[in-house]
Amino acid sequence: MAFISSGYNPAKPMEGRITDIGPRDYHDFLPPVIAKNKGQWAYHEILEPGVLVHVAESGDKVFTVRVGAARLMSVTHIREICEIADKHCGGHLRFTTRNNVEFMVDDESKLAALKEDLSSRKFPGGSYKFPIGGTGAGISNVVHTQGWVHCHTPATDASGPVKAIMDVVFEDFQSMRMPAPVRIALACCLNMCGAVHCSDIGVVGIHRKPPMIDHEWTDQLCEIPLAVASCPTAAVRPSKVEIGDKKVNSIAIKNERCMYCGNCYTMCPALPISDGEGDGVVIMVGGKVSNRISQPMFSKVVVAYIPNETPRWPTLTDKIKHIIEVYAANARKYERLGEWANRIGWEKFFELTGLEFTHHLIDDFRDPAYYTWRQSTQFKF
Amino acid sequence: MAKHATPKLDQLESGPWPSFVSDIKQEAENRAKNPKGLDYQIPVDCPEDLLGVLELSYNDGETHWKHGGIVGVFGYGGGVIGRYCDQPEKFPGVAHFHTVRLNQPSGKYYTSEYLRALCDIWDLRGSGLTNMHGSTGDIVLLGTTTPQLEEIFWEVTHNLDTDLGGSGSNLRTPADCLGQTRCEYACYDTSALALEMTREYQDELHRPAFPYKFKFKFDGCPNGCVAAIARSDFSVIGTWKDGIKIDQAAVKAYVAGEFKPNAGAHSGRDWGKFDLVEEVVKRCPSEAISWDGSTMSIDRKECVRCMHCINTMPRALRIGDERGASILCGAKAPILDGAQMSSLVVPFVEAEAPFDEIKEVVENIWDWWMEEGKNRERLGETMKRLSLQKLLEVTGQQADPRHVMEPRHNPYIFFKEEEVPGGWDRDITEYRKRHLR
Repeated sequence: MAFISSGYNPAKPMEGRITDIGPRDYHDFLPPVIAKNKGQWAYHEILEPGVLVHVAESGDKVFTVRVGAARLMSVTHIREICEIADKHCGGHLRFTTRNNVEFMVDDESKLAALKEDLSSRKFPGGSYKFPIGGTGAGISNVVHTQGWVHCHTPATDASGPVKAIMDVVFEDFQSMRMPAPVRIALACCLNMCGAVHCSDIGVVGIHRKPPMIDHEWTDQLCEIPLAVASCPTAAVRPSKVEIGDKKVNSIAIKNERCMYCGNCYTMCPALPISDGEGDGVVIMVGGKVSNRISQPMFSKVVVAYIPNETPRWPTLTDKIKHIIEVYAANARKYERLGEWANRIGWEKFFELTGLEFTHHLIDDFRDPAYYTWRQSTQFKF
Repeated sequence: MAKHATPKLDQLESGPWPSFVSDIKQEAENRAKNPKGLDYQIPVDCPEDLLGVLELSYNDGETHWKHGGIVGVFGYGGGVIGRYCDQPEKFPGVAHFHTVRLNQPSGKYYTSEYLRALCDIWDLRGSGLTNMHGSTGDIVLLGTTTPQLEEIFWEVTHNLDTDLGGSGSNLRTPADCLGQTRCEYACYDTSALALEMTREYQDELHRPAFPYKFKFKFDGCPNGCVAAIARSDFSVIGTWKDGIKIDQAAVKAYVAGEFKPNAGAHSGRDWGKFDLVEEVVKRCPSEAISWDGSTMSIDRKECVRCMHCINTMPRALRIGDERGASILCGAKAPILDGAQMSSLVVPFVEAEAPFDEIKEVVENIWDWWMEEGKNRERLGETMKRLSLQKLLEVTGQQADPRHVMEPRHNPYIFFKEEEVPGGWDRDITEYRKRHLR
């Protein structure tokens, strides 16, 4: 392998250097019909699952075909997306906030060929490369994180469980039979990159064992005061430990105070927390970010622990599928999962879904806990 | 023959949803074939080694990526995340596998020409694997080695007019919904604001100076497609002040069943005939809507702009003309103190270019937070610790019932000394003249 220079000269790093320019101007990328009608859109309709039309005041129309995508994608796959965009869409495309890809055409006559092309492409293993769907009162793509593919703090994988979940709910990606949109999100640890804490269904990786302490390395890898300060429950404190005949500065952890958030590990690599037996996921439900009808809501934990059952997480996918079916059968039109649960009451939610209510589901973390306990005799038997 | 056996991952190739495993395999095969005859600048077999290390995680139930490592490009403190495998001997192709975050364009629109140029860079100098996109919004290039970082930076800035994104205790790459480019609900130009704010605050994006990360997200309307209210320290959410505009003829067309309610979003099931009273009037959260059988009216003074009626009848109802945005602050995920939603700070700004009014709010907040925030304390946590009043004070906002869901429950009120006649200095001798010890 011969090193190929880009033009950068390490001896003179400032020579010709361009910095702080920000992103490429979006005007360079807008399809002509979009650029022409920006700010002048009159209304839109979902023609069929995954296919939208936006109509401008001018009468111009843009037809969008939305396809699901694994967020992790190769350059070979991106080049295939480009080939499709060139063939049907004048070389334009966009990505949605939920990691779908949108192909747009300015004439209805171009739709059929585009749709056929997208649906016909499959990976050798049999999965669709570009499944059409993800609109309206259905289930769109799962917003997710890195997991075991590329992150140093996860308690579960991300791409794998997402693939498993989307396979199970695939029909609802391609149809719109839900009472309202169901947004699923997955975060592989409590840092929760992505709005998992406000999703209709959130899957969150959790640890269940306090960190180990790598005493030999603690003082070399960490700022001990920062690790101590990072603990939200004051479970971490400085200590001295004897290693051989040497006394070293290290850390002690009060295990019963630890709720395994992993924040100390983020501050101190000598406190690894992940564990094949201890780690797994929780299911949270009922969150949303939209202001529609009711105000934005946090998701609530309804299953406190499911082990990481690689490669397809069957207990997790079964429970998600079950929650979705009970919701679909019982909620009113326009009612989000959390709005439905609030209306019927959470005791009814557990009755209808058959999910087991355990002591783990009663909040015991500081002030927020108090506001979730029932202070009323208004409840349902 | 694959380099590593991956029996568990292979099971993720079946089923209808796009398989990332199949895609990584396709990339591995492509790199092995090397149809363009490239002189790959990082190990050719990194996709295969990535599958290998992931299979190991599937067996162990534990990640095999090491903690941290500081790498980056000259003069920047953000944009590159160091990543090393903890089994480098078994998987040398991914021993050093850093992430590069690139600043995505507003609305995530692209041309194939641009994406191909990006792919060419990443083929030659990286793993050929990406995230399109990261949770915060960036284009995420997954996996390269340290000597390639300056080369990649040079090529993306010189050839793609694109900069790195943010990481660390920086401003993170701002993100927006697609806004006015293709949505009739957008109350301001989210694309323009995202671009302007990103360019204006490059220094904060690339050089860590904050207590912790800081996120801008820009939603065009209260539907919140980019989840600003849940995910960003500074959430700008489009809204309007005047009334919803009503096209009575179109309302009748919905009632008559000519137009599909909710833009056709419920077509997968028979919900029966559209019922304006049940589906719109009764579901209005502030009971602002009435319908007398031929005319729909909305009491604009009562409307809370929740979007439900507009979403349900997009051809009949339109957002008002007096448009702008609300600014809410302090959202974050649970670590450390539990999840927080953004709280309302500025009920209304006009949100017109060059957006000076919004920048002033941002800069006042930063000045305060950089002074008062503790290490690794998000704005929402500083607000919780030092109060919303403090934030209103530093941003020059008058307290307003809109700032709260309800007034305080306790009378433990902090008064300022100047608010109390005579101040706080009192004379104990004078007091004792009136009250014996």
